[in-house]
Amino acid sequence: MKPESFSFYVAESTQHALDILAQEGDDSKILAGGQSLIPLMNFRLARPAALVDVCHIPGSERITVDNAGVRFRCSVRHRDALHSNEVNAVAPLVGQALKWVGHEAIRSRGTLCGSTAHADPAAELPAVWLALGAEMVISGPHGERHVPAESFFKSFFTTDLNADEMLTEIRVPPAPDPSLRRTAFQEIARRHGDFAIVGAAVVIDLDGSGRIAAARVSALGAGEVPMRLRSAEAMLVGSPLDDQELLENVEAEVRKSVQPPGDSHASARYRKKVTGTLVRRSLAECAETPSTYEGML
Amino acid sequence: MTCEQLHHVSLIVNGVERSAAVPARTLLSDFLRHELGLFGTHVGCEQGVCGACTVLIGGRLARSCTTFAVQVQGEEIRTVEGLANGDELHPIQESFRRCHGLQCGFCTPGFLMATEALLSENDDPSDSEIRDFLSGNVCRCTGYVGIVASVKDAALRARGVNGSDQ
Repeated sequence: MKPESFSFYVAESTQHALDILAQEGDDSKILAGGQSLIPLMNFRLARPAALVDVCHIPGSERITVDNAGVRFRCSVRHRDALHSNEVNAVAPLVGQALKWVGHEAIRSRGTLCGSTAHADPAAELPAVWLALGAEMVISGPHGERHVPAESFFKSFFTTDLNADEMLTEIRVPPAPDPSLRRTAFQEIARRHGDFAIVGAAVVIDLDGSGRIAAARVSALGAGEVPMRLRSAEAMLVGSPLDDQELLENVEAEVRKSVQPPGDSHASARYRKKVTGTLVRRSLAECAETPSTYEGML
Repeated sequence: MTCEQLHHVSLIVNGVERSAAVPARTLLSDFLRHELGLFGTHVGCEQGVCGACTVLIGGRLARSCTTFAVQVQGEEIRTVEGLANGDELHPIQESFRRCHGLQCGFCTPGFLMATEALLSENDDPSDSEIRDFLSGNVCRCTGYVGIVASVKDAALRARGVNGSDQ
């Protein structure tokens, strides 16, 4: 099918984009790579009256890596983040998850901010932002506000963004000690590149003696928003990563704590079971990897 | 009904500057087919799943059905028409012909463009790398065995080794 007609604008700056959103009203939308929005428009499930293309804002394709962490501006494409040596050195979880996002042709146009603002509950990146403790930078008519990933995702395809605001940047904080950080991402899909049925992202920070000092575990496809699995995180802290009995207990705890929906792709029971399995596999992967940061050190 | 506003879109398609005035909602796939008469780019699912409409935008693999023509103003686009040199098939097309990489041919333009992108960054892909890279393209005829053989043959020939002679 073909999209409904709309007015089209190319934003020259963030302020220009915000001005157009204000002028066009609630039916206007930001267009970045369009890999989520355009299929919906082709089906006329989305019929925005106006689109504001933000990919030509100078500097919007920039990835900044410094001692404040990593910053992804609003038109950074999946492919560029996936192939960035700098990103893979300081935030390897991003690349570990991006390998699962769509296919080459989707990743070369789709953007990190666009996928995040779209907030599909089965998307990979929202769960990654939760596990990394990332922060969303939102620009609006009243200036800029910063929202932690955990408060950004509200419901199915619904975020904290208002109609007159845009997601201008995603900030990933640095690891306390990169050499002691382990990360992993796992998912189950019908075919590689399809939407995930469920998935898990894990970030572990070890202490000097090899015990877990901090753990962040998140799940996707297990509810209407990506979620932290806090009871599982609490069980991990203070233990070594290769404690098999602990991993079994964590797996059981995850299965008990998530309440996923069932649909034609997988039953709720299956999702519950597999979420536990994927968290366990992710933790095992963290234990096997000496350091995901070797390339940098 | 009021007339839709037209946008003047100018692209470099297979090395030639082409332009047309179209509504913003015109998909790149429709721009290529309806405005420029380049029917080699096929439209299957129109939701970014089947891969038949795959082209190269600025040298990168992309779905022309989930891209608006107005988004790629001024960009270099390569379509399947840009592969062959007159009546002489491109080596990748020659390999697909030789190794039975197509039957009905509907998905073929997308597979050829994806193969071109794959071989430009990896001249000796393994079977699993080929299958992974081509996982965004759907073929309902071949069962993919002939397609994987075609890509391997094209890679061999591009490296100067004589491929399968069938």
